[in-house]
Amino acid sequence: MTALMTVFWKELADNFSSWRFIILFILVLLAGVSAIYVAAENIRGAVTEISKSPFAVTETIRFVFLKLYTTSGEALPSFLTFIVFFVPIVGIALGFDAINSEKNSGTLSRLLSQPIFRDAVINAKFLAGVVTLSIMLVSIVLLVAGVGLRMIGVPPTAEEVLRLMAFLAVGIVYGAFWLGLAMLFSIFFQRVATSALASISVWIFFIFFMVMIASLIANMVAPVDDQSTRQELFRNAEISLIALRVSPIMLFSEATSVLLVPAARTMGQLLQMEISEATARMLPNPLPLGQSLLMVMPHLVTLVALTVVCFAISYIKFMREEIRST
Amino acid sequence: MPLVVETVDLTKTYDNTTVVDKLNLHVEEGEIFGFLGPNGAGKTTTILMLLGLTEPTSGVARICGYNSTREPLKVKSISGYVPERVGFYEDLTARYNLIYTGRLNALSEETIMKRVGESLDIVGLSEAANQRVQEFSRGMKQRLAIADILIKTPKVAFLDEPTSGIDPEGVKEMLDLIASIAREQKMTVVLSSHQLHQVQQICNRVGILAKGRMVVEGPLDQLGKEALGGGRFRVELQLAEITSALVDCIKRIEGVVSVERSGDLLLISCLEDLRPQIAKAIVDNGGLLTQMKIQGYALEDIYMKYFTEV
Repeated sequence: MTALMTVFWKELADNFSSWRFIILFILVLLAGVSAIYVAAENIRGAVTEISKSPFAVTETIRFVFLKLYTTSGEALPSFLTFIVFFVPIVGIALGFDAINSEKNSGTLSRLLSQPIFRDAVINAKFLAGVVTLSIMLVSIVLLVAGVGLRMIGVPPTAEEVLRLMAFLAVGIVYGAFWLGLAMLFSIFFQRVATSALASISVWIFFIFFMVMIASLIANMVAPVDDQSTRQELFRNAEISLIALRVSPIMLFSEATSVLLVPAARTMGQLLQMEISEATARMLPNPLPLGQSLLMVMPHLVTLVALTVVCFAISYIKFMREEIRST
Repeated sequence: MPLVVETVDLTKTYDNTTVVDKLNLHVEEGEIFGFLGPNGAGKTTTILMLLGLTEPTSGVARICGYNSTREPLKVKSISGYVPERVGFYEDLTARYNLIYTGRLNALSEETIMKRVGESLDIVGLSEAANQRVQEFSRGMKQRLAIADILIKTPKVAFLDEPTSGIDPEGVKEMLDLIASIAREQKMTVVLSSHQLHQVQQICNRVGILAKGRMVVEGPLDQLGKEALGGGRFRVELQLAEITSALVDCIKRIEGVVSVERSGDLLLISCLEDLRPQIAKAIVDNGGLLTQMKIQGYALEDIYMKYFTEV
């Protein structure tokens, strides 16, 4: 345990004093600034539009504060979208060279010749990465909250605070998955560049190609054309969604939109139609927090499971590996 | 003397290639053991198995009675290891690198501070203690590595090629440093190398490893006698003219084991440094001496002899 804490504190100090961290923080900070800017531009419109609607209930405009994080502008995406994109990058950046850089610089064989268990090294590195990531996420969310508070003048309700906390928790797990994946590659690949590229490739695959592959699968299983019935179209969309859920990015964005958009009652097709006036009329009432949490539970569990799988593989590989200095 | 390092039929096989083959190694307390062999002989693999950093395919490795495979933490807390390409955290200071080692060994902060200061003193790096390691030369890093193992005051130190890549003067300093530390700290040292003449200066005993097997093992002079037909020293003479009377005369000198003639050179193998006697014999016989050189028995010769046998 002492060994774990020793490595943990050193890694944490390393993380915070590295250029990499500063660059990442600036990147995330920019996301925050842009989110605030977008919110400042659009939040008034978004809120008044709802309240003008004849079907508006006080419930609907209750979550003004959360709109800070989910409002998107014409050109700029919302804070949430930024986070979906950037958290993986942060996770990867903190983990892609965790083991192989120490192997290459010869510090690993010196480290492992000390009386410590091997798992202490990866556990501590993982933990330090997660803590760094958490501090980054929490501070950026607080920053947006602080500036936003001054700007809109509406304090968050208790439920909004709880929802934000749940969002942070899911965000940290999401980041931990990418950190775990990057560390896995850093154990398997000798060269730092290779492991960085491998992690980035996975990220790019899920961000850009997964949508294509999902619709490919859907069209194969349930082909649709102009004459397709509504049921067929729906089935196609559903299969595509199931395929998309293989991607941790999809899992995270679904889970967080449920948490930050309380009006979301279901995921998938309806969620996307929600913006339209029709559904707003149909489902004007937001879900209670408990129900929202229940909806994201499977996503959270899957994200945790994916992280555990990455970690378990890293573990097995690293424990059995022979560490040479040359 | 109790055994500090002991292996019993230690074997390591990678994909059907046997790297270490039924090795039986014994190093007693207080010895400086030279672990010799060409590159790829299995020296590093043996050391890794002894430290529990890799698992043996079969056989047992023990350090001070602790099984390296089953009790790696015990073994690592009493043995220091300097890998061949030793690395430090380059952007941290030398002092912090050592403190980190101390903390990993779960020493108290007070002990760590004391030992860090002492170790840096011993290796002569006190001045550079607060410099980042990236500013260090290769020789300085090697010395820092020695300081690094001193932090945990080990019973045994494994130095893998400690002199590779440093200049001749640095090599000598390094070897003197190792010898004096071994003496003062009563530390057993296992020193692996392929540069024999260096090891020769400080080792009590050597073992020559080739293709994973111990070819020969023992104190240096014994090996020398076995290898060089008894002589300890070799005197090389160059004369203007070599007469058989002179050769006979030299042969009669007490301590001369053999005299060989090749061209205008005479190669004399003898038990001690007999240069004055040989010079006198030449002068007495009216010979004209052009050149005279003496060599201690070279480990190189021993090495070559055993290697060609393999």
